[in-house]
Amino acid sequence: MSSDQPFVTDDSQVLTDTRDARLAGADNRFNSKLREAFGSSPFILTKFDKFMNWVRGSSMFMLQFGIACCSIEMMHTYAVKHDLDRFGAGVPRASPRQADVIIVPGTIVSKFAPRMKRVYDQMPEPKFVVGMGSCTISGGPFQEGYNVIKGAEEVIPVDIHIPGCPPRPEALVYGVAKLQERIANGESSPVVVKPYELEQFGDLERDEIVDQLAEEIDTDDLVMRYNWADSP
Amino acid sequence: MSLERPETSESKSVQRHSADELADLLGDLVIGREEHINAPGYVIRPDSVQETLSLLKNEAGFDHLSCLTAEERADRYESIYHMKKFDDPTQEVSVVVPTSKDNPVSQSAEPVFRTADWHEREAYDLVGIEYEGHPDMRRILLPETWQGHPLAKDYDQERPQVVSLREHANPLQEDHRDDQDSETMYLNIGPHHPATHGVLHLECTLDGEQVADVNPDIGYLHRCEEQMCQNGTYRYQIMPYPDRWDYISAGLLNEWAYARAAEDLADIEVPEYAQVIRTMGAELCRIAAHMLAVGTFALDVYGDFTAIFMYAIRDREKAQNILEDLTGQRLMFNYFRLGGVVWDLPEPREEFFEKTRDFLEELPEALEEYHDLITGNEILQSRTIGTGVLPPEVAKNYGATGPVLRGSGVDYDLRRDDPYGYYENLDWNVIVEDGCDNYSRLLVRMKEVEESAKIIEQCIDILEDWPEDERNIQSNVPRTLRPEDDTEIYRAVEGAKGELGIYIRADGTEKPGRFKIRSPCFSNLQTLPEMSNGEYVPDMIASLGSLDIVLGEVDR
Ligand code: SF4
Repeated sequence: MSSDQPFVTDDSQVLTDTRDARLAGADNRFNSKLREAFGSSPFILTKFDKFMNWVRGSSMFMLQFGIACCSIEMMHTYAVKHDLDRFGAGVPRASPRQADVIIVPGTIVSKFAPRMKRVYDQMPEPKFVVGMGSCTISGGPFQEGYNVIKGAEEVIPVDIHIPGCPPRPEALVYGVAKLQERIANGESSPVVVKPYELEQFGDLERDEIVDQLAEEIDTDDLVMRYNWADSP
Repeated sequence: MSLERPETSESKSVQRHSADELADLLGDLVIGREEHINAPGYVIRPDSVQETLSLLKNEAGFDHLSCLTAEERADRYESIYHMKKFDDPTQEVSVVVPTSKDNPVSQSAEPVFRTADWHEREAYDLVGIEYEGHPDMRRILLPETWQGHPLAKDYDQERPQVVSLREHANPLQEDHRDDQDSETMYLNIGPHHPATHGVLHLECTLDGEQVADVNPDIGYLHRCEEQMCQNGTYRYQIMPYPDRWDYISAGLLNEWAYARAAEDLADIEVPEYAQVIRTMGAELCRIAAHMLAVGTFALDVYGDFTAIFMYAIRDREKAQNILEDLTGQRLMFNYFRLGGVVWDLPEPREEFFEKTRDFLEELPEALEEYHDLITGNEILQSRTIGTGVLPPEVAKNYGATGPVLRGSGVDYDLRRDDPYGYYENLDWNVIVEDGCDNYSRLLVRMKEVEESAKIIEQCIDILEDWPEDERNIQSNVPRTLRPEDDTEIYRAVEGAKGELGIYIRADGTEKPGRFKIRSPCFSNLQTLPEMSNGEYVPDMIASLGSLDIVLGEVDR
């Protein structure tokens, strides 16, 4: 580039010079294949939605959420050997307000289900759910118990199910990677109204049980109703 | 323990009472006698529970109410109090309290043993017996609006249920209303909270920064384990469940509890070779379990997720690898069978031995690191020494066991005091610390890891020299087991958290009539209010961490 011709610039020369400066030299930390492809231009064109989906899939904040045995394997997945963080999905957040993925690792029982639903409701949109282990899928080994919900799907919508009792950390990593792939492609399970939602006690259909409880429970109380006979 | 056993048993010699002596002691209180496999049983009237238990406690030295089993029988309800001595747990006695079918009310044992508080609430919740004089007769495991008692005979499992989700009221507010300086505040911790080790709900009332009252609210992981076991056959279908009680990799320890009870019930011998394998596997589990306890304790006390927690997981991972080689699974081992274990050590054996030896060799260095990072750390010391104090008498009264009890200076370890497996023939020590605080409970766990390593090492030496044609991993066990009708047994082992006991009543079929799990964490957690009332909130969290609870075992 010569300085006495300020208004005439040789584009190709600039491109190459900048590129060479970036590619060569002692410090080439910033050079990547991507940079090479883009040249010096810091702009790319894509659809905003696509970009956002890619962003969402690449930086997932997981809710720190442990229920039962599966959560032990989940801890191993976060820890040294398996290190979920490598996949852009390993920042455990203690508060649902800061998280966008909830891994449900364990058996859900009647007393816990409304609490879990509340935690899920507190997460900001868009949010995703990974169901870890047989219990979360169907109640697992405890399916026939009097107190066990037959799968997290009865309470909150689940995006990915990972079978196993417990699934190995590798399986969880695979499941999370699959979820990321789906999010990046803009797929996730639609949020539908599920059979068990929190309701106000006063609005429940009056049957024998409701009548029995009517004196004990305030009509404004939130309640969850379990119909064991009809659940799968 | 063989080398020191004679001396300890002498120094600990505790007066033994024959069944008739005890009957004389109780005199008119006894209205009938029973013979359980583990202990003599005395039937008493439902209104003389306190009198009987205090006689046994004060006059005969049965100071450990280890378990309470409630059950509905064809013609009556029954509560069985299992009593032992901390100084010699082989001395046991059962007190059987029948009550009528139409009015199942029995006197509460709570004034005699504090531990009866939760045990009786559980019996009320699941079976439906009411305890008169109990301070707080509410449901404990199931939601408060639950209808019916699931382990009672007429329970209809198909019936719909309604579960409420309420705001919780401050129980102390009234007391402090006119005192301007000590406004109390109500704080819920859990059931979803990083410091509660699972789904535990602590209803705390704070007076400024201090804990005025804390009430652990459990039942968020009540998975009907007792019902599941009652629906399974002895031979195969029950064994998978124990793995899921204390799921912090303590699987083999739990399996042993069931195996021990069922083997004694059905008179099954276990070959010596299998006993050595069991002992080795169980201690590997103990190491894995204590590692996680130490890691999460550091996490609770100073939020150390990056160093200590990761170190602990690293070492756990090694133990898990060995266990995976041995059993084929990482967490839910399902390795024990009645009468032995399911398969022999993995081939090539040399490789397995070498791997285990490597692990043991690296362990002292790793433990050194932990001691540098944890027990030698001034911050941790000032946070844990002298906090969460649990005096030995209180701990005993609550039926606390395991590292919690040993951290309070009580020398009680079922591996030595009520020997099973191969422990008797090995050389190791029971770790006891008398600080009674959070620090000494931590110290007990860390030192126990060393003792477990010693045991494993000796087991490996023995297994390595075992002649090839005598490797008998299972004895002959009939295909279906039908222990005689109405035989009853209570047997316990030393789990990672303490005394894990199983009560079985056989009803002549191939499934147990009643299967009761006495979990150490259930009793240990009961001591939390004792330890934390008047302390700061973070110290309460540290106390909770030092109890090392697993909700799968608290709620079962
Ligand atoms: S799937 Fe298995 S390991 Fe996971 S919570 Fe259920 S019982 Fe435990």
